[in-house]
Amino acid sequence: MHILVHHFLRDSARDRTDKTALIVGETRHTFGEIDRASDAVACALQADGVARGDRVALALENSAEFVIAVWGILKAGAVFVPVNPTTKADKLAYILNDCGVKALVAQASLARQALPALDIARSVTAVLWVGDGVPDDAPGIAWDEVLAGPRRNPTDPGVIDLDLCAIIYTSGSTGRPKGVMLTHRNMINTAWSISTYLGNVAEDVVICLMPLSFDYGLYQVVTGARVGFTVVLEKSFAYPFDTIQTMARHRVTGLPGVPTIFATLLQMEAFEKADLSSLRYISNTAAAFPPAHIRRLRQLQPHATVFSMYGLTECTRVAYLDPARLDDKITSVGKAIPNSETWIVDEVGNRVGPGEVGELVIRGSNVMRGYWGKPDESARRLKDGPFPGEKVLYSGDLFWADAEGFLHFVARKDDVFKCKGEKVSPKEIENVLYELDSVAEACIVGVPDNIDGTAIKAYVVPRQGSNLTEAMVRQHCRARLESYLVPKFVEISGVLPKTESGKIKRTALAEFN
Amino acid sequence: MLTATGTGPTSTVFVMEQVRQYIIDNFLLGDDSGLDSAESLLDSGIIDSTGIMDVVAFLESRFGVTVEDEDLIADNLDSVRRIAGFVERKLAAQKAA
Repeated sequence: MHILVHHFLRDSARDRTDKTALIVGETRHTFGEIDRASDAVACALQADGVARGDRVALALENSAEFVIAVWGILKAGAVFVPVNPTTKADKLAYILNDCGVKALVAQASLARQALPALDIARSVTAVLWVGDGVPDDAPGIAWDEVLAGPRRNPTDPGVIDLDLCAIIYTSGSTGRPKGVMLTHRNMINTAWSISTYLGNVAEDVVICLMPLSFDYGLYQVVTGARVGFTVVLEKSFAYPFDTIQTMARHRVTGLPGVPTIFATLLQMEAFEKADLSSLRYISNTAAAFPPAHIRRLRQLQPHATVFSMYGLTECTRVAYLDPARLDDKITSVGKAIPNSETWIVDEVGNRVGPGEVGELVIRGSNVMRGYWGKPDESARRLKDGPFPGEKVLYSGDLFWADAEGFLHFVARKDDVFKCKGEKVSPKEIENVLYELDSVAEACIVGVPDNIDGTAIKAYVVPRQGSNLTEAMVRQHCRARLESYLVPKFVEISGVLPKTESGKIKRTALAEFN
Repeated sequence: MLTATGTGPTSTVFVMEQVRQYIIDNFLLGDDSGLDSAESLLDSGIIDSTGIMDVVAFLESRFGVTVEDEDLIADNLDSVRRIAGFVERKLAAQKAA
């Protein structure tokens, strides 16, 4: 029985020791190897004083080390905190401080950002560097040293399934990211639920193109360990032609993606020509799947079943559309995933009828514990449910359900929107724009875009007498923000529309596009 | 168009310098201290998938090359040196056509 998330790996390593769990580039890693390597990581963390419940952050690109580190952290009884590898020093420092991270596993090539963050984050007492090129005077130990040496077993930290397993940071309307606390029970349940409705089997070969720091990417590895299937882990989707060849070569059966990925693939002749006959399913989440893209995907890959899904970090996954209903419900994200339920409420919390728009509420074992260190914000999202002593999740997303209960997304309740599948907080980017002395006013809006679905557009009003250029804005954003938050479009304007009280009218700007 | 003395506008050195400068200006904020022309742009975290598409747009506009689907591979685009080699091959092929 699986009580803790790393029991997935324990059992797969026992039952399928020599089966390939992970393919990264040309290298294959078996379940047995990953199990052994993660034991070594757990021992090293414990030797460095990491104990039950301590937070350990990961600043790594998609790699075997990322996967091994996650399992190692869990075996040590600690909580993993994945951080997007393009996160810049001050936001990394914010995250490390926010949840009091004790140890950091970082890629040496990211030392440029990690070292300044470590200077500020005093709670971090141990660093594990992956790869070469760390400055000699940097604190920490090398990954290769940790893996060398005889096999050791970590000490049992005494974790139970209500203990935290992961803290995943997500953008909020305030502009400061919030750490979503997930327990072992949350992840055990959600991995079971997702792999059940997708019908995953041990023979599956699933390609992961999303960052593992994003829950959608992470869950490919977690469900892979649960079911015993192989994950082909790509560094990114930077080279789509390479990705298509990789899919054909490894006879990939599962292609999880976000709309940006599908929009790109659909533009490529190679996607049409490559032998992808092994594809059993294609899944989309993170942002609305344009019906035209769904139809085209089915035309090009008729043997693959298409799953249209919806989720949010606070409960990982909410709903999926039964592929049998794809034709008549193409704009819907379906119904609640197994072992959860949803309903829609009005402003005062009363359930609304079919066709009426309201906020989606989620009840289930997938719902987070709360936001780390933010009781007030947690209370705004986790409210009393219909049963005494139980909290349900208010999603912040507006939906309507049809007469059969199929869910249809309408909009977010706040300014947050999604680009390339990731949440974008306009305020966070605006704060960065205001750091430029030459910026008098700034406003970020989401605009329709063929590839990204919604792309980030910055409206900037320069200070009088300044020589602000588009390039300066873009360069500054690249230095300060994760790459997916850098505006695709920048417009230098003379004036921005205002409300009567003098606030910039975001909605009016959005409507221009 | 800029030309380097004694070499053609499409010589290796010329293309490499242009590409290098573009990456330094746009992804390293003008600081070229750490950029090795053979370094993987993706592994080093200098560029991600969005950035690669910006580089492609730059190559198309600056050198007048047409980047096809099958050109979007790491072998062509994952370091300053590889990009320069790729641009040269493209230009040579376009000239021959």
